[in-house]
Amino acid sequence: MFTQAEEIKAHAGPQKTGTRLIRYVDALREAFEEEMARDPKVFLFGLDVDDHKGIQGSTVGLQEKFGKDRVFCTPLSEDAMTGVAIGAAIAGYRPIHVHIRMDFMLLCMNQLVNMAAKSHYMYNGQVKVPLVVRTMIGRSWGQGGQHSQALHSMFMHVPGLKVVAPANAHDAKGCMIAAIRDNNPVIFIEHRLLYSTEGYVPTQPYAVPLGKARILTEGSDITIVAVSHMVMEALRAKKHLEAIDIQAEVIDPVTLWPLDMDTIMASVKKTGRLLMIDNAWLTCGASSEILTRAMEICQEEAISMPALARMGFAPTTCPTTRPLENLFYPDGRTIAVKAYQMIKGKQAKGWEPPVSAKTEIDAFKGPF
Amino acid sequence: MTDQIVVARLYKTMLLIRQLELRIAEIYHTDAIKSPVHLSVGQESIAVGVCDPLEKDDIVSNTYRCHATYIAKGGDLFGMMAELYGKSTGCAGGKAGSMHLVDIKNGVMGASAVVGTTIPVATGYALAMQNEAKMTGRQRVVVALCGDGGTEEGCFYESINFAALRKLPIIFICENNRLAIHTPLEKRWATNQLCERMSTFGIQTHKIDDADVFKIRDTMINALAEIRHGTSGPIFIECATYRWLEHVGPLDDHYDDYRDKNTYQLWQDNDQISRLARMLDDQVRMEIEKEVTLTIAQIEKYAEESPYPAAEELYTHVYAS
Ligand SMILES: Cc1ncc(C[n+]2csc(CCOP(=O)(O)OP(=O)(O)O)c2C)c(N)n1
Repeated sequence: MFTQAEEIKAHAGPQKTGTRLIRYVDALREAFEEEMARDPKVFLFGLDVDDHKGIQGSTVGLQEKFGKDRVFCTPLSEDAMTGVAIGAAIAGYRPIHVHIRMDFMLLCMNQLVNMAAKSHYMYNGQVKVPLVVRTMIGRSWGQGGQHSQALHSMFMHVPGLKVVAPANAHDAKGCMIAAIRDNNPVIFIEHRLLYSTEGYVPTQPYAVPLGKARILTEGSDITIVAVSHMVMEALRAKKHLEAIDIQAEVIDPVTLWPLDMDTIMASVKKTGRLLMIDNAWLTCGASSEILTRAMEICQEEAISMPALARMGFAPTTCPTTRPLENLFYPDGRTIAVKAYQMIKGKQAKGWEPPVSAKTEIDAFKGPF
Repeated sequence: MTDQIVVARLYKTMLLIRQLELRIAEIYHTDAIKSPVHLSVGQESIAVGVCDPLEKDDIVSNTYRCHATYIAKGGDLFGMMAELYGKSTGCAGGKAGSMHLVDIKNGVMGASAVVGTTIPVATGYALAMQNEAKMTGRQRVVVALCGDGGTEEGCFYESINFAALRKLPIIFICENNRLAIHTPLEKRWATNQLCERMSTFGIQTHKIDDADVFKIRDTMINALAEIRHGTSGPIFIECATYRWLEHVGPLDDHYDDYRDKNTYQLWQDNDQISRLARMLDDQVRMEIEKEVTLTIAQIEKYAEESPYPAAEELYTHVYAS
């Protein structure tokens, strides 16, 4: 476990009463435990949820506490199991279906897009699908092409689905509780490298409202919007920039759909610059959506266009070997340089941020 | 009396797989291999029994647990080890890692880490081989391997139905180690009559429940002959086996207590590698062991000394030219 005190401060704010420092993965577990105790209709299922490893610890002990009817594993049949979850949700239950990688959700697309997303509208409100689909973005240690994909924009594209990607322990618990209580299908996106990051989390149940962005650090020179694990990189960039007197405002949208453009635009109006860092490919992605919305809003309100830029995965399949994988992802230093150039002009060269201390990326060792 | 040349050949390949994988496990802690490794230690007789009778231009498709079949099919060993090390000389230039070994020249189709996904792809390859044979007069065969977990995906049944319908030249092999990660069969299957289920598609099925490498090989020899002569379409073979190490990674995880140690003992007593060793005379056996040790040292050195891919490699092969 690593604790990077500085980042946690930036990440979760100072300690408030009734909170303590716990890991992202334990915050999730707490959300399940509290919500399952509160509402007997909530149940959790998926591959490996009841084995001794318990989805990186996030489901450990739940079967002992709530029984095999409410916490159970399934065969490797993601497509059908997604339909099963939807059916139970329509019947009034609140299933949480778990996948250990986002890549495997491609097997669930028919059910999620054609049934979960459509039912409430298509049947004119007669049915609801209060479903949570938990899924994890993988990274590093050779996860490679099929264990590292971040496909949130595919889900953002489809009306009827909500998409949330909390980047710290506090939001992990609060968003999970909100997702479980929501009457719509919610795609809940976690990240393997966030699991061991710690944050101050209230002991009591609380909901972080879906559709509300979070300003993590205030600054007047540039707005950096970052998604999921890239929030950590954006916070590293912010520190690099601070050292040369550039103040970045870092915003985590938290919910990717519905998107809180009000918070983002309030910041952009102040800074005049918007740098969007997605934890995904750029084409037709969350970054396309956020930058387009920013332009549209500026046009509608007849305000001057901010400087716009975006970064994300290289437009390739993710390679496994470390030297290429390092080039595949943006990091705190490349983000800082991009921000610096947006402020000082493209020709401004010669600034290179120092190499970061050991991060959660270096600390992560497989085998998975 | 089984032919000593065959025994020696099977022993050599099985020992190579076992020793190489144990070596991978041994050096894993050095972080030279930054790749999730799904080792086949204990399951080698299936890969070798299945692949030994294949021709070089026959095709195998496998899963992320692919080292054994890659080696047994004749995949390039230097390319394999360098791939695990993430080096430019790897069988996929360092882009694939342990879970996606590929060697098209030697008939290794390219492994997938999404369970079940290669089963229909292998079926498609067999469709092409069926058409090709109409022109060449020579029937190449595809072998599609999956685990017991793989049979739970819809595409498994959909593929077998299609293969049976079109009488495709494909042999489906289920390596049944009764575990999907840590979850036992009893928590995943309503009944364990897998062969019976498959036979309702009107295809030949075989169940080998002791991992006997000769039984597996003989079953394959007969199956291949029938398919090549066009007297049979797809054939399904279920092979029982036991995974000695953890699902992914270098360790023996029996201390985690999710499986029965007596069963492990039974499978160790039934170890096909020790069995073959006992069938060989000492001289031959020691020769083979020396050769295997030397091979492993050579490929390890090659992997260590090979360079990492250059930065521009990130952008090669995004699209075919
Ligand atoms: C579609 C899909 N679902 C889940 C997983 C996660 N997963 C990886 S291996 C595995 C178990 C597969 O078991 P089995 O097919 O019996 O093969 P074995 O590992 O025993 O060789 C699971 C669930 C995956 N890789 N792909």
